Amino acid sequence: MHVKHWIVIAALISLCACSRKVMDAFASFERPAHFPEPAYRFSTNEITAEKFELGKKLFYETKLSRDNTISCGTCHIQTAGFTHHGHDVSHGIEDRLGKRNSPSVSNMAWSKSFFWDGGVTDLDLQPIVPITNPVEMDETIPNVLQKLRAHPDYPKLFKRAFGSEEINTERLMKALSQFMVMLVSADSKYDRVIHKTGEQFSPEEQQGFQLFQQHCGSCHKEPLFTDESFRNNGIGIGYNGDEGRATVTLNEADKYKFKVPSLRNLSYTGPYMHDGRFLTLEAVLEHYAKRVKDVQNLDPALKQSGVLGIPLTAAEQSNIIAFLKTLNDPKFISNKKFAEQ
Amino acid sequence: MNHLIKLALMVLVANVLLASSCKKTKDEFDKSQLASLSIEFDNIVGGQNLMLNTGSYTNSSNEEFSVSMLQYYVSNIKLKRTDGVEFTVPQDSSYFLIRENNAATRYAKLKVPEGEYSSLSFVLGVDSLRSTMDLSLRKGVLDPAGGMEDGMYWGWTMGYIFFKLEGNSALAPVDPTGARKFRYHIGGFGNGQINNIKTVTVDLTAGGIAKVRKERQSNIHLMVDVAKFFGGTQQVSIAAHPSVMFSTFSTQVANNFNGMFRHDHTEN
Repeated sequence: MHVKHWIVIAALISLCACSRKVMDAFASFERPAHFPEPAYRFSTNEITAEKFELGKKLFYETKLSRDNTISCGTCHIQTAGFTHHGHDVSHGIEDRLGKRNSPSVSNMAWSKSFFWDGGVTDLDLQPIVPITNPVEMDETIPNVLQKLRAHPDYPKLFKRAFGSEEINTERLMKALSQFMVMLVSADSKYDRVIHKTGEQFSPEEQQGFQLFQQHCGSCHKEPLFTDESFRNNGIGIGYNGDEGRATVTLNEADKYKFKVPSLRNLSYTGPYMHDGRFLTLEAVLEHYAKRVKDVQNLDPALKQSGVLGIPLTAAEQSNIIAFLKTLNDPKFISNKKFAEQ
Repeated sequence: MNHLIKLALMVLVANVLLASSCKKTKDEFDKSQLASLSIEFDNIVGGQNLMLNTGSYTNSSNEEFSVSMLQYYVSNIKLKRTDGVEFTVPQDSSYFLIRENNAATRYAKLKVPEGEYSSLSFVLGVDSLRSTMDLSLRKGVLDPAGGMEDGMYWGWTMGYIFFKLEGNSALAPVDPTGARKFRYHIGGFGNGQINNIKTVTVDLTAGGIAKVRKERQSNIHLMVDVAKFFGGTQQVSIAAHPSVMFSTFSTQVANNFNGMFRHDHTEN
């Protein structure tokens, strides 16, 4: 009896040791201490090293596009915080122009909806949109699956990840999701200050932080710097008349509303707004301080007591920008784990 | 003595409960005795059989047209026995995509308990719950990958296209390829403002009830009339609405769905 017990205990210990070893080799998804519970359904897509690696290869795979020229990574560049830096709207296949600025692929595990209009609420179904969009990758999922099945490496990689060589929609999407949810950015100066690591804000940053909390934090909610809501921030209808949220809800009250974007890695992700109309953070702050337009469905937060915009002096604007720059996470944009191999 | 009475009462109550539960199981279905039943979706246009591309028809707005594609989802099938008890086909095996260009898809093939059924209901489309389930529960006809132009899924709003009808008509505007196509793609499971999920109920009494037995293959033959799509409660004119997709008008078009389905006969 006693011997049996010891055997069981020994077995358990060795099991722990084994899993520990695997964990050392591959750091799986981990929730930063100051982040909320993630929204992603990990229960149906448990993170493994093999699936993550497959997802990464797929993220950088140009075979996802009709003419094998465009990958996810084409418009979501790591050094640009996984956006298409320098492009107001992105250009896809055959240089066809999209209608929106490519958003950052980071902290997706906490995202309850995707795209500027929030039309998709399940990360596993998100890649279908850019793959099939005629101005992005212009391909069909069955064609992608066919190309991957005929590829010399992918059947083996799918087998390693999922146990058999079968390549289907679910496996393709879940592998991509694995890569995307692992893109966690939580090591900016702001994060280190919050964690009381001893690092301090400069006086400007500290002042900017207080102003931010007072004037910006209700929509750009910490620590993700978005409350995931859809709002009209008074920039006025864009050149292409994009109705934003209303295109997926058909609700008049949602016209020209767009998802509140996160502000993390802001220095790398310009230009700004859904159509990339502002090239600098100074222009963004100036908009909120001076140029908010009284348009249909303007967010009430931007018209308090009948006053348009957020009253901010030039010095206050520059302090807020100083604070926003503490949201940059240089390790995230240079982490080799996320880079194309 | 008192205790004995209590005990007797308890036994009596237990017996009554037991008896009623027995009776209940008798009323319900014997799921060990499953037999084949098929529901046939026979697409027609008024008095004519539907012939893709070659057939020529006139709708209630007096517009001549031909049909190049017709496909729709049928799901969540329920059958009512002559004694009024309803059997719900297990949801996992209750999704069908009827495609006019593939004769094999015209039958929804089911396994149901033996019995006599006098009424049938189904959802035209895909319920909202399934529309938001994990991909592992959306294989086969529910695979969002779909096909090429005949795909039945809108990626950008994450919803299935419940009903797709396309064709040609001189009344439709000319497109860059020179064709004059009309396109009706109706969907919307309520994640936005529109919910076009429709439940269709068909009574089988007049056309013949389905007598489902193990050694037989009962087939409920339904007619699905495209003419009623154009001329139901809402008049759909090709000239006025050559293309209806994700829009508020689609909810009026979807109100025509119920009228499209009628029971013709049952083969027992």
